[in-house]
Amino acid sequence: MTSLAAIRKSSRAQIVLGLATGILFGFLLQKGGVTDYAVIEGQLLLTDFTVLKVMLSAVIVGMIIFHFLKQCGYANLHAAEGHLGSNVIGGLIFGAGFALLGYCPGTVAGAVGTGALDALAGGMVGMLIGTGIFAESYPMLKQKILPYGPLPAVTVQEFLRLNTWIVIIVMEAGMIGFLLLLEYAGL
Amino acid sequence: MYTCHKPWQGVGTLLEFLMLARWSPYIAGAGIGIVSCLAFVLADRPLGCSTAFVKARGLIGKVISEEKINRMEYYREIVPQVDWPFMIIPGIIIGAFLSAFLSGTFQVIWVPALWASVFGNNVILRIAVALAGGILLGFGARWAGGCTSGHGISGSIQLSLASMITAACFFAGGIAVAMLLYRFIGVALA
Repeated sequence: MTSLAAIRKSSRAQIVLGLATGILFGFLLQKGGVTDYAVIEGQLLLTDFTVLKVMLSAVIVGMIIFHFLKQCGYANLHAAEGHLGSNVIGGLIFGAGFALLGYCPGTVAGAVGTGALDALAGGMVGMLIGTGIFAESYPMLKQKILPYGPLPAVTVQEFLRLNTWIVIIVMEAGMIGFLLLLEYAGL
Repeated sequence: MYTCHKPWQGVGTLLEFLMLARWSPYIAGAGIGIVSCLAFVLADRPLGCSTAFVKARGLIGKVISEEKINRMEYYREIVPQVDWPFMIIPGIIIGAFLSAFLSGTFQVIWVPALWASVFGNNVILRIAVALAGGILLGFGARWAGGCTSGHGISGSIQLSLASMITAACFFAGGIAVAMLLYRFIGVALA
């Protein structure tokens, strides 16, 4: 039997798996409705909560499975230490682009698959230009802004000094409660 | 108890399900949660989308000047090559196309209807704003070290503090600019 380590190390297997993962992801994004400009812009205008429903459902299901897999040794933590200078400033710049474009880096590709040419000629071309500008400015940003304000912990449970599973149960309850509230409010 | 006498009925039901224009966001979301976990197991990586654009940009840059790209620090950290993170984007395009094609909703458009209802049908205006948005999106995603899937979903799944803060900032910035665009500029134009 091929071991997990062998699959992870085989560059050919990884190319095929990357493509397959992308196909599944793109299929689900489109079926979820989030490759549609109106759905994403509606979320940012707080009139359509589909994006949050899709994202929170993914996190609700993924959080339990990931931590179970991690406990069994099938998954590793890939979270890095964050910084206000990187995560907050970058997040806000991203948000501005998110609203102007009406797609995010994954859904922009999905929108292209559904025939949206503004996502191709504007969105994907813009993404390539934007990442290029970032690559040029990286040495300067890395020195001056990105490491500003390191966060006190890598994970939420470390930050709160609580048991991982207690944090998971509380967060799961909070997310499910939020979704129920959205449905109750008719959103 | 219901028993399925004809196996093709099951296949037919599955096909009907795949041909639906939309699924419940909870079903689609749960599926994305499972796919994100598959990425952790099979590729030992979080499922992210913005890394692919760095790799693609580096590969395009190499056509112009390989030496320059090899010299740049960022491309030494994120190596421009065709690998798992790179293949996610062509995969998403194919997957979304299959989904739209199966449900008969594939449609070539230049200007989304919501945009057109407020800012008109001018293709050049829409592409110019989308291009500006795309530039900020790519720049911001790399600045923050991830996007809606890498931080928002896979980061939150891992209970990453930085990812949850980043995701909150995506929406804070997004809501502010969307409101400015549609509630102020759009209203002023009307």
